[in-house]
Amino acid sequence: MIRLRNVNKYFGNFHVLQDVSLDIVQGEKVVVCGPSGSGKSTLIRCINHLEPHDSGEITLDGLTVGTPKDVLTVRRTAGMVFQNFNLFPHLTVIENCILAPKLASGVSDKDARKMAEEYLARVHILDQAWKYPIQLSGGQQQRVAIARALCMRPTVMLFDEPTSALDPEMVGEVLDVMSELATGGMTMICVTHEMAFARRIADRVVFMDAGRIVEVAPPEQFFTAPQSERARTFLSQISH
Amino acid sequence: MNFDPSTYWEALFSWPFLRGAMLTLGLTVAAHMMAILIALPLAVVLNGPPSALRRLITVYVGFFRAVPTLLQLLFVWNALPQIFPVFREEWFTPFLAAWIALSLNESAYQVEINRAALSSVDSGQMAAGQAIGLKKSHIYRYIMLPQALRVALPPTMNEFITLLKLTSLASIISLQELMTVTQINVARTFQFSEYYAVALTWYLVMVYSLMGLQKLVERRFRWSSRTEANALAESRRSRGW
Ligand SMILES: Nc1ncnc2c1ncn2[C@@H]1O[C@H](COP(=O)(O)OP(=O)(O)OP(=O)(O)O)[C@@H](O)[C@H]1O
Ligand SMILES: [Mg+2]
Repeated sequence: MIRLRNVNKYFGNFHVLQDVSLDIVQGEKVVVCGPSGSGKSTLIRCINHLEPHDSGEITLDGLTVGTPKDVLTVRRTAGMVFQNFNLFPHLTVIENCILAPKLASGVSDKDARKMAEEYLARVHILDQAWKYPIQLSGGQQQRVAIARALCMRPTVMLFDEPTSALDPEMVGEVLDVMSELATGGMTMICVTHEMAFARRIADRVVFMDAGRIVEVAPPEQFFTAPQSERARTFLSQISH
Repeated sequence: MNFDPSTYWEALFSWPFLRGAMLTLGLTVAAHMMAILIALPLAVVLNGPPSALRRLITVYVGFFRAVPTLLQLLFVWNALPQIFPVFREEWFTPFLAAWIALSLNESAYQVEINRAALSSVDSGQMAAGQAIGLKKSHIYRYIMLPQALRVALPPTMNEFITLLKLTSLASIISLQELMTVTQINVARTFQFSEYYAVALTWYLVMVYSLMGLQKLVERRFRWSSRTEANALAESRRSRGW
């Protein structure tokens, strides 16, 4: 359902993604990790065409990513959650959630609200629906961001370090919501360094370094017996 | 003291002064709205990647900043009809000429305000709008502009007040705005203080009303402050939207 074939991406002369190939099947949960600057964010931003790739092929649910006429469809198919939440500060929680369904999918206000309430309940924040983002804690904002993405009824969710901007005491509530989503069968690609979380939900861990996929392995194997030297170094660095 | 209150009061609500004040305000509103309309797409281009169009806009902005407003007014009113015969006809009024000249002139200043306001919006907002599958025009209309407006409002208000006073230049092309009417009455009666006071009063009324309006609009931007967002959210909830 997601297929990357020899994907290359440059920022100027800088070769940020080098011959990346990866297949992800429906319902699969993939955790992406690797040192800072290795291209993790760029990789998932290429999947929903927030960054155009330069060569190679990316397909998502049969759509070729990069085809101009399919750009919006691709983005509606893939929900994305950012490190800094990126909620719209001038809109209330529920308005954040109904904006795209109304504008992009032509859902009526009433139906959009009903759906938004459903998803806000699912991320346990329905009681704050009338508030503005600035009134919420980081963990609450990130859960709203997840609900906002879900309101487009995506078939895959992309997470870019969703907990790394949060105070430690709020990490748990966001990971719990993500775990529930995983249990519900959502296809997920998640850039994160939360190892316990990765062990719990991931089917595979993708380890990147310097723009390349260096290792792909089930989490138990990756965290206990990584094959590559670079993964070993990386794991020893993040574990203390 | 040589101030005749009855002359003042009579003139204050007399038709020529009322009409003059309305013309002043109307011309300012019309020119500023047009200027903002022109400046918006220019600002979007200026915030984008380098291009030939961007250089052209830079030249445009420099040009209208460099040329004195008075010269622009005179050019549109006197020279334009010489160059293009269509402008020699009845419909080309002083108001229209002043509107064109002041719109172009003001757009050169408004561009910079709009550009700065748009670029003040966090880049994550654009990414978030794209990620939920909105098209560019919707992202600008529903996400970027409402947030940019908050930043643009105070300097835009300054521009508006400057423009309000700049309209008095249009007396040179015989537009019967507030200062023209004042000058006519002073020349006729030599009652300087009474008629100047009338003009002063109307300018003050207009500017203070606008400042009140600005305060009202700013209440809608309380989402940006942690302490005030609560009041806005509560008031919207109690009204059911
Ligand atoms: N828009 C851009 N223009 C130029 N270089 C960029 C741009 N975005 C990212 N880069 C560079 O590309 C490299 C990979 O960036 P990316 O954000 O994908 O890394 P990452 O693995 O997500 O790192 P981190 O863990 O710090 O988030 C980095 O060296 C970064 O500086
Ligand atoms: Mg990153």
